[in-house]
Amino acid sequence: MLASAALGIPLGAWLALTPFRGRRILTALIYTGMGLPPVLVGLIVYLFLSRSGPFGSLGWLFSFQAMVVAQTIIATPLILGVTMSSVLAIPHELRLQLQSLGATHWQTTLAVLWEARLGVIVGLVAGFGSIISEVGAVMLVGGNIEGRTRVLTTAIVLETRQGHFDVALALGIILLALSFVSNSALVILQHRTGAPS
Amino acid sequence: MTLKKGLALAIFVSLIVVMAACQPAAPTPTPIPTASPTEEATAEPAEASNRLILATTTSTEDSGLLDSILPNFESTYNATVDVIAVGTGQALELGANGDADVVLVHARAREDAFVADGNGTQRYDVMYNDFVIVGPAEDPAGISGMTSAAEAFQTIARAEATFISRGDDSGTHTKERQIWDAAGVTPEGDWYVSAGQGMGEVLTMAEEQPGYTLSDRATYLARQEAGLTLEILVEGDQSLFNPYGVIPVNPEVHPNVNAALAQTFVDWLTSVETQALIASFEINGRQLFFPDSEAWRAAQGS
Repeated sequence: MLASAALGIPLGAWLALTPFRGRRILTALIYTGMGLPPVLVGLIVYLFLSRSGPFGSLGWLFSFQAMVVAQTIIATPLILGVTMSSVLAIPHELRLQLQSLGATHWQTTLAVLWEARLGVIVGLVAGFGSIISEVGAVMLVGGNIEGRTRVLTTAIVLETRQGHFDVALALGIILLALSFVSNSALVILQHRTGAPS
Repeated sequence: MTLKKGLALAIFVSLIVVMAACQPAAPTPTPIPTASPTEEATAEPAEASNRLILATTTSTEDSGLLDSILPNFESTYNATVDVIAVGTGQALELGANGDADVVLVHARAREDAFVADGNGTQRYDVMYNDFVIVGPAEDPAGISGMTSAAEAFQTIARAEATFISRGDDSGTHTKERQIWDAAGVTPEGDWYVSAGQGMGEVLTMAEEQPGYTLSDRATYLARQEAGLTLEILVEGDQSLFNPYGVIPVNPEVHPNVNAALAQTFVDWLTSVETQALIASFEINGRQLFFPDSEAWRAAQGS
């Protein structure tokens, strides 16, 4: 999540503010990435991290790292895409005005990002939602190992498979509660910073 | 200043989020094997020596067998066993790619092929149980009490009664295809449902549809405990025999595998003591797996 935010927000801002050839195609690609099937990401990450794959020597398969890699790939396009479109929605005049006031390129970018913060937070919420609810990819690359790579979603799959529907349901409620708490935090953040200065 | 504050808050929230999403859940009532001291260490090679990756079938995990016997291995050898429970097809593929140290599966012909291809060093007998044909108590196709699995399959096909197939290239699916072959039937049509899921999910589907399916006895009994109402309709046919084998992945092909610990695991699994543990694993007073290692057979013979 952090990695996705670190990658997605700056890249999104840069893409929105820097006109260059092929931006439309890239934008279309990013929007496609927002709908990337997680299980496909899992398969590709598996093939890369497998002992027989190019990064096999890292020994990352069936580990926490492998799950982080997969989740980052899943969430980054979401955060990137939403950041980009919300930055694009900021009136062009603001940038011109800032520049005429003598702001540097960096200052301008930061100011525009700040204006677009509501959208950025929506992007974070979307990215978080996709990560916390993800099953297929973490199952494939994490292996659902007890105490190591078993997360709430894969635990739900296992308990369901074993016919422990009550336990599975309880885990689901915990997952929802966690999601509610962190999303509430984001909403509070959105409210605090809500009124455009 | 507000910007900094906002950013700090955002980072803080993201951190919580990461922790929430990544925290390994430990929901099952079974005790978690105590973590080995090196597990905390981030250096990979240090923990490699006592970490074993076991690729196995869903039946051994879903039935609860592994939870019951593995703690003994982990405490005796101060090791951690990472269980990857998938279908037999995927388990063998993990072994062939060098992503697992040892595989415990049930599809004899494919196990032999795995060793013949050089992916594994040797196949060892471990245990057996058997498959059963289960279905709704009403038994719409009328197969109850038949002694031939092939005949039962023929009858189901003729009646076009719903049959749920694993359809996932697992050991059970392999067995199911063998029985269809023996029955001389190519299963196709609306009544034949290829689920592409594990045994647990398929039993649930068969329960809901309702329909017939082929299940290993262990998973079926475990699920019956959890409220499944499907009944065993055909059992005891020789062709329903289900042997499990364990194969260490060949270190000559995959130098990175933990060959020493894999062999230790195989020796432990086939030892008379562990075999007795397997025999004593029961659900509701019924034995699920029958030990069958060479050492066990020798001990029984004497």
